[in-house]
Amino acid sequence: MSLDVNGKPFSQAPRAGQCLRTFLRELGHFGVKKGCDAGDCGACTVLLDGEPVHSCLIPAFRAEGRAVTTIEGLGGDSGAHPMQQAFLDAQGFQCGFCTAGMILTCVSLNQAQRTDLGVALKGNICRCTGYRSIEDALLGKSNVDENIDPGAAFGRSLPAPAGPDVVRGKARYTFDTQIDGLLHIKLLRSPHAHAKIVAIDKSAALSIPGVHAVLTHEDAPTVLISTARHERDWMDPEDTRILDDVVRFIGQKVAAVVADSEAAAEDACRRLKVDYELLPALIDPEKAMAPGAPVIHPDRTTANRVADARRNLAAETHGEFGDVAAALATSAVTYEATFHSHRVQHAALETHGGLAWLDASGVLNVRTSTQVPFLTRRALSDIFELPIDKVRVFCERVGGGFGGKQEMFVEDILALAVLKTERPVKLELTREEQFIATSTRHPMRVHIKAGADADGRLTALQLNVLSNTGAYGNHAGPVMFHSLSESIAVYNCPNKKVDGYAVYTNTVPAGAFRGYGLPQTLIATEAAIDELARQLGISPYEMRRRNVVRSGDPMLSPPPSEFHDVLYGSYGLDQCLDLVERAMRADGPQPDLSPEWLIGDGLALTMIDTAPPAGHLADAMVALNDEAGFDLTVGTAEFGNGTSTVHRQIAATTLATTVDRIRLRQSDTAHGGHDTGAYGSAGMFVAGKATHAAAMQLATELKTAAAGAWLCDVGSCTLESEAVVRGVRRMAFVELAKLARERGQPFAGTGNSSGTPRSVGFNVQGFRVAVNKGTGELKILRSVHAADAGVVANPMQCRGQVEGGVAQALGAALYEEMVIDADGRVTNPKFRDYHLPSFADVPRTEVFFAETSDTVGPLGAKSMSESPYNPVAAALGNAIADATGIRFTAPPFKPDRLFPALRDKFGN
Amino acid sequence: MDLNTITTVAHPQTRAQLPIWTAGDAWLAGGTWLFSEPQVHLTRLIDLADLKWPALTVTESHLGIAATCTVAQLDGLVCPPGWFAAPLINQCCRAFLASFKIWKTATVGGNLCMSLPAGPMISLTAALDGVCTIWKADGGEQKIQVIEFVTGNQRNRLATGDLLRQIDIPIAALKRRAAFRQISLAPVGRSAALLIGSLDTDGTLKLTVTASTVRPIQLSFPKLPNASALRDAIEQHIADELYHTDIHGKPLWRKHMTLRLAEEIRDELLGAAPS
Repeated sequence: MSLDVNGKPFSQAPRAGQCLRTFLRELGHFGVKKGCDAGDCGACTVLLDGEPVHSCLIPAFRAEGRAVTTIEGLGGDSGAHPMQQAFLDAQGFQCGFCTAGMILTCVSLNQAQRTDLGVALKGNICRCTGYRSIEDALLGKSNVDENIDPGAAFGRSLPAPAGPDVVRGKARYTFDTQIDGLLHIKLLRSPHAHAKIVAIDKSAALSIPGVHAVLTHEDAPTVLISTARHERDWMDPEDTRILDDVVRFIGQKVAAVVADSEAAAEDACRRLKVDYELLPALIDPEKAMAPGAPVIHPDRTTANRVADARRNLAAETHGEFGDVAAALATSAVTYEATFHSHRVQHAALETHGGLAWLDASGVLNVRTSTQVPFLTRRALSDIFELPIDKVRVFCERVGGGFGGKQEMFVEDILALAVLKTERPVKLELTREEQFIATSTRHPMRVHIKAGADADGRLTALQLNVLSNTGAYGNHAGPVMFHSLSESIAVYNCPNKKVDGYAVYTNTVPAGAFRGYGLPQTLIATEAAIDELARQLGISPYEMRRRNVVRSGDPMLSPPPSEFHDVLYGSYGLDQCLDLVERAMRADGPQPDLSPEWLIGDGLALTMIDTAPPAGHLADAMVALNDEAGFDLTVGTAEFGNGTSTVHRQIAATTLATTVDRIRLRQSDTAHGGHDTGAYGSAGMFVAGKATHAAAMQLATELKTAAAGAWLCDVGSCTLESEAVVRGVRRMAFVELAKLARERGQPFAGTGNSSGTPRSVGFNVQGFRVAVNKGTGELKILRSVHAADAGVVANPMQCRGQVEGGVAQALGAALYEEMVIDADGRVTNPKFRDYHLPSFADVPRTEVFFAETSDTVGPLGAKSMSESPYNPVAAALGNAIADATGIRFTAPPFKPDRLFPALRDKFGN
Repeated sequence: MDLNTITTVAHPQTRAQLPIWTAGDAWLAGGTWLFSEPQVHLTRLIDLADLKWPALTVTESHLGIAATCTVAQLDGLVCPPGWFAAPLINQCCRAFLASFKIWKTATVGGNLCMSLPAGPMISLTAALDGVCTIWKADGGEQKIQVIEFVTGNQRNRLATGDLLRQIDIPIAALKRRAAFRQISLAPVGRSAALLIGSLDTDGTLKLTVTASTVRPIQLSFPKLPNASALRDAIEQHIADELYHTDIHGKPLWRKHMTLRLAEEIRDELLGAAPS
């Protein structure tokens, strides 16, 4: 067969059933991405004879005699196509995994399509941006600050350093590399929700040509782990084996086949004969603690950090300050209701997976899609009893995370396969596997009781949370504790009570997810504040002002915490409330809607600790290099969070240079040091502090060297414009680099951060909605978000984090829903049945920042990537209640769910 | 996605060259569904592209749509001014959950053969009195109304080895006045109800209900009914269990939307009806 790709002829022949996507990648065009492999997301878009197609749906043989253009070829020899430049100017990407497909789609739109982008782009999913910056690219807007003076980078809208590579399809994600002799892994997964594996007959599978190994529980270490990764292992129960002889959910891995090709591995998986002894399954979390319920982890004890295995309790908590019952009995107004938050998926466009090999020195190398390379290395070292320096875990660019990659779902199998076969191996999960076998948000039932006095002062807040952790307890406890923490600590209230239960069920495990439990409880607490305010005739803004903590107030949630390191490094909640109220009141276009549309406003607020508790560690190193620039090494990972940009800004500002002089190396355990990981919004607040400290130390080194030469006091020297300066004397970094070479010792600084003390950040979301009482349809007429991020390190990126968080949360609040049937099976494990927000679904959000400066965070900044998600569903629920007079307590707020109550109230 | 169990692809150029259907075979038209899901039971694809069926043929009596006609080709058809129902073509194309990029590959016939309740090519061709021509596995030929062809959610009248050859739309149907309504749970989501009403010159109203029901259902009225008669007819002819249920809409809501959209269509066509 012959085809032309980016102007070059190719004559290789595809396999009979091969799609164009994998064929193009095999020919070396790694810019062609896999998001869903099912035609739903558009990440694999290429031009076929100039027309955009989803290459995952095109039989490869149909490319015979045709011309294909991938993102790498779009710009031709001249570099960038104008659309690539437009995406760069607008910074119309975050993780960048969708960008190639987005750009190739956008270049093919005609004028008519460009006037209706909601329809034109419905085949392209971006999980990160919320689409505003993509629209900006199409409108030719530039969102970046240019010509920034040395030392002035912090606080400016600098573009992501990877941008040019992202828009050209050259940025390397997990699988975008060629490894000779690579073997492929496929996993056989359990069809049963709960079963004991009696026997596995491998013979037929092993007889398939090209099969190298079949790995089962008999091959796997017996050590108990958690897939969750935390700095402190005690945060999660030991309840998981990497391959177990008991399966506890449909989709759990039973065996791994290692073969020359994916086809052979799949074939061998189908030929494995597994003899299961079925065990009773527990699907409904409400029944988990009932006597007689199936017990999912009967052998686990508190020594494994499982709270009460007999009652299927992974974790539990109880506590009370004051006397809630007494307070409710005497309150002027009270509110009580039960809220349900459903199961949603991260849907990072790059699926989990990795590549692993042994190098010449016997080091196990794992290149993987992770937020936590260092913690994964530690886990692999522990599980396989390898010295820590014999394991290297790293990532280049990661295609989205959202908490889903604060887990170890594939690296353990990769390591096992490498150690068994001593061959390089690859394991790339499918989109279906993402849904049925990784992790989800924790579904929660939240019962709330609240009371207030006649002046609108809260008298009592009580939460009872039932969290469904699924088959394993990864993140079960921390998510439950977090859900019960800042959600009520943000309010001053003399009587507070919490009861929390994280229960096991025979369903796909829940895990870390953006917001980490708070969104699920906020829909209850923020509804209660509104409902009390309504009863009292007080505005919801005023009600909150009367009750929120002010700087210096104790931030309390029972039971008493063992962590006392959260302080008000800054406080901007008051500003956020004012900003949202003002913007919501501002004049805007009047919607032209029929009387069937009911209009209402709603808001919700959130407080969040700026880093996880119990320590979050980061090391950074920075050194002056031979070119008089700086090499900065950090451990934190980049997956669209923008930390690569901000770390360079911090270093450049501290070292009086420009960001282009900072060469960043990141997220590779081989670089040394330690980094807990990019979760809990720690990439900037914690790791950024380490970079700042390292840069400060290096600055002192440079000043000391100059002072030594000038025989003056170090304190009288400053860094200015790429030089050490004292009065009229100036020693340029170029001279210092030369000096370092001469003395044979580089100028370098190291810094670290332990993630304590922590500060608090705030977000307030406001919505104006219209609800059609005849159809249940919902329109968002206005979306306003105010964030207290301290000194905003990069306004463009921070705005992007807010918009992306709002969009992702709107997905969960309006559309996304994983459905699990009575047998425990995920019934909709594909994007076409799991509606991610597309361009048409996401309103433009007005974003405002409070003006604060944090005493704890680096250069006054605070974290801001997960919290914008948190108040969205709650604010939407409040706006719908205001519009309709009906309190809906279970998102997603879809028309078919709103409709019955609307019809009951308003008639047909 | 890669279909790794496929070992061969047949490329027949004539009907005579169609291979004898065996277990593990699948017709390959656009392939946009076939390649979107694992198909581990398949070993051979029979590519229909080389049969080179003309995508669209217009005769005095019919618009012929080859099963392999892509959605984009149909959408691009330039219709004569007298085809008052022609806007339905683009409206139904836009009702696809899939974007314009998929339209370039997905076929009209494929959409019919998938027989999903939300298949908009089913809505279109059923509403316009389309007739399917089926090449029977035994070498014969069968004609069947589109409205009869789809029998349920992903169920139709094709027997093993049968091949949908084309769909013929009477020109007379294309000349009717038509009204289109569609709703889904998201602005550009999968259709939860898609209704088409069309009015003949003699005043006959045909109301075609799709997406909300597991199969297309057509109601015929000799003249435009009043609101309550329309409502009664729908409630009488569409039993509650015919309303489809899945993640894209609960049956109670689908039923209500069906009644509501039908009334909107009636109202729109009121102005066009002969008095």
